[in-house]
Amino acid sequence: MSVPVEFYMVLSGLVFIIGLVGVLVRKNLIIILLSIELMLNATNINFVAFSSHFGNLSGQVFVFFALTVAAAEVAVGLAIIIALYRHHASINVDDFRLLKW
Amino acid sequence: MATFVFLYFAAVIVMAASLVVLVRNPIYSALSLLVMFFHVAGLYVTLHAEFLAAIQIIVYAGAILVLYLFVVMLLNVKREEQFNRQGPVALFLGVVLLTEAVLLTVSRGFTVGAPEPGREGAAVGNTESIGEVLYSTYLFPFEIASLILLVAMIGAVILSKKGIMESK
Repeated sequence: MSVPVEFYMVLSGLVFIIGLVGVLVRKNLIIILLSIELMLNATNINFVAFSSHFGNLSGQVFVFFALTVAAAEVAVGLAIIIALYRHHASINVDDFRLLKW
Repeated sequence: MATFVFLYFAAVIVMAASLVVLVRNPIYSALSLLVMFFHVAGLYVTLHAEFLAAIQIIVYAGAILVLYLFVVMLLNVKREEQFNRQGPVALFLGVVLLTEAVLLTVSRGFTVGAPEPGREGAAVGNTESIGEVLYSTYLFPFEIASLILLVAMIGAVILSKKGIMESK
C-alpha cells in the first residue's frame, strides 16, 4: 500500500500512449488490434490502482466489464480481419483505402 | 520493498508494450504482449486484486492471445514494411498526450483524494466481495455484458463464415 497512486497513473499513461502510437503508426491490422489491447490494459491498471487506493470495489467490477468488451472486440475484429484477408489477400491497412458505401 | 516490486513490474510492462509496437514479426508482438499480460497480473496481485489477476491470466493470456496467435498463423502474412507515413503525426500526438498526462499528474493543483478513513486497508479484492458487488449493485450491467458477448459471437460467425450473406 506504500506505492503512491500517482506512480500507477504514470505507468498507465505511458502504456496508453504506447498503444495509441502503435495504432497510428503500424500498418499490420493484427498489430493495430494488439495496440488496442494495450490501451484497454492501461485503463484497467488505472481502475485497479484507484480501487485499491479508495478501498472501493467498483473499479474492479469495471475492469471485469472492460474485459468482456475486450473479448467481444477481439472476436469481431479478428473475424473482420479474416473476411478482409479473404477478399484482398492482405491485412495491410493501406490496401483498404476505398470504402464502399 | 513495495516500490521496488512496482518498479520492476512497471519497467517490464513498459518494455514489453514498446516491443509490441516496435517488433516486425506479429508472432513476436503477440508473445511480448503475453509477457505484458503476466506482469499486469502480477501488478494486480500487489494491489490485492487476486481475482482479477486470475481472470487476467485465464481470459487474456489463455483465450484472447491464443485467438490472436491462431489468426497470425492462419493468415501467414509475409513481412512487409512495418510503419506507415503517419509516423510524425503519431509521434506529435504521443508527445502532446504524454506532456499533458505528466503535467496533470505532477502539477500542484491536481491531487488524488485521500482514501476514506478506515476503508483503505479493508479486505478488498477477494472473490467473495467482488461477487457480492457484481450480483447486487451491478446486476443489470452484468446481464448487458452477457448480451454483448452473445452479439459478438453471432457477429463473428456471420463475418467469418463464407457465403452466409450471399446465399439469400
